[in-house]
Amino acid sequence: MAGAGAFLIVAAVLNICLGASGVSLAKLWEALISGPGESSASRILWYVRFPRTAATLLAGAGLAVSGAVIQKVLANSLASPGIIGVNAGAGTAVAICCGLGFYSAWAIAGASFLGAVLAAFIVVLIGRRTHASKTMVVLGGVAVTACLSAVTETVITMVPDAALASRDFRVGGFSSVDQSRLVPAGAIILVGIIAVCTLANDLDVLSLGDDTAHTLGLNVRSVRNGMLALAALLAGACVSFSGVLGFVGLIVPHIARRLIGDTSTRLIPFCALSGAGFVALCDLIARMIFAPYELPTGILLSFLGGPFFVWLLLKGKGKRK
Amino acid sequence: MIKISGLRVTLDGEEILKGVDAEFPAEKISVVIGPNGSGKSTAIKSVLRLAEASSGEIMIDGRPIESYQQKELARKVAYLPQSRNVPDISVRNMVMHGRFPYLSYPRRYRKEDHMKVDEALKMMGLTELAGRKMDTLSGGQRQKAYMAMALAQDTDIIVMDEPTTFLDIKNQLDLLARARMLAGMGKTVIMILHDLEAVLHCADHVILLSGGRVLKSGTAEEVLSSAEISEAFGVAVGFYTAEGGQHCYVKPQGQSARV
Repeated sequence: MAGAGAFLIVAAVLNICLGASGVSLAKLWEALISGPGESSASRILWYVRFPRTAATLLAGAGLAVSGAVIQKVLANSLASPGIIGVNAGAGTAVAICCGLGFYSAWAIAGASFLGAVLAAFIVVLIGRRTHASKTMVVLGGVAVTACLSAVTETVITMVPDAALASRDFRVGGFSSVDQSRLVPAGAIILVGIIAVCTLANDLDVLSLGDDTAHTLGLNVRSVRNGMLALAALLAGACVSFSGVLGFVGLIVPHIARRLIGDTSTRLIPFCALSGAGFVALCDLIARMIFAPYELPTGILLSFLGGPFFVWLLLKGKGKRK
Repeated sequence: MIKISGLRVTLDGEEILKGVDAEFPAEKISVVIGPNGSGKSTAIKSVLRLAEASSGEIMIDGRPIESYQQKELARKVAYLPQSRNVPDISVRNMVMHGRFPYLSYPRRYRKEDHMKVDEALKMMGLTELAGRKMDTLSGGQRQKAYMAMALAQDTDIIVMDEPTTFLDIKNQLDLLARARMLAGMGKTVIMILHDLEAVLHCADHVILLSGGRVLKSGTAEEVLSSAEISEAFGVAVGFYTAEGGQHCYVKPQGQSARV
């Protein structure tokens, strides 16, 4: 756990200090002590770097915890927030929002949050109607995602400008993050992570199987649906300011499980810390790798996540043999 | 003491239990036997509210089962299901889950919980294995870990669905000895078993189910020597005495029972 904390701090400091305009540790310390000032270093730090780094940390922590919860609840190590319709819901809502001519950052953030949460709730409702069966939740997610993707394509076909306007959102990144959008989403993420941490024991009991969990006094349906709802809120809050960042919710819980095991009381906080550090580091690499041009963080994550997913599939095939 | 009266359970439109009347006496080992599909698992699941009764009554210590809150019931009855997930956690963490019914928000274990877990691990001979991962244990060791979890749950009643399945002979005997130990500690043990020889040696009370009804109940000798058991299984069942003890034999019906 201390290692994950140290990783987060190092990644955050590097994300703040490195970039087109480098900032020394001394200047960082001075800016933190004296607060926002008029110097160019202080302005860069307080108005550009701090919000951006905070956004990467919050998105990383939120998506990693959301992924860990979904994988645990559905007992499916290949699950991630996308499987409960979060990305498709957000994408459709943003396409509709842009298609209707609302292009402001606030409109896109609000639409993506609502879209993500609504889609996930539809999937959770399908799960409820089918007695919260794990398989039905996954299949419900596939069906909802397919329907929403069709709606998105229809909107983009009818209003081509919507495709252009929602491009940044669909790719995912932190270049346009601002403090005002970050604060409400950040509050949801922090409260959500604390709630999941305090209920981590329930997740572990749930993973013993429905019958055992029930006879240990756990309300299986309520906990499964409640946890999926929490995961949806976390992921929805993240996509509202970062756009669709694929694979964070898949990669981080996997690596975390390998490092510290599957006990949720340790896994969830570890995922929050390491996920935050991971996205901060990816954002830094995305900014630096083709400097002065900036690669959207979502693209870098896809470069990393695609091969990782293939590796997972091949590893799973070996196990099945 | 558990008393079941007129219990009917319908699953997916099929009536599985058709008016079951049975008693599971306190501090004894009760064994439910019967052919496949006779409703054994459904009957014991009803006692845990895992299967919903369409009619009838289940009383636990004189109180209707519906009057128990879910956590209250979990502090009364522990369950070892037939098929179990093997989580990627340590034996100690697994046994700690037995204390879940005693936790309130925000789910922090107290000193008493750790003491109960230490006791349960010691009783099952698992203290040395407490740090091992569950998925690295043998079938017999896993079974003991689940029994330790049930012990940590600190209930009056422990229900086991075919606990000897997948165990070798030595581990089967060890498990039955531990079930006897639990009954000696004042716990009511309810098991489903298929091995009639094991039933003969460990059961204080036997309930024979067939076609969703109780055909016979009583001591092991009474039930295993009854005409109903042959009717239920479609085989001839009887006893013989050897090496100073009674043993059970099973023969296809129509063949003479020569020993």
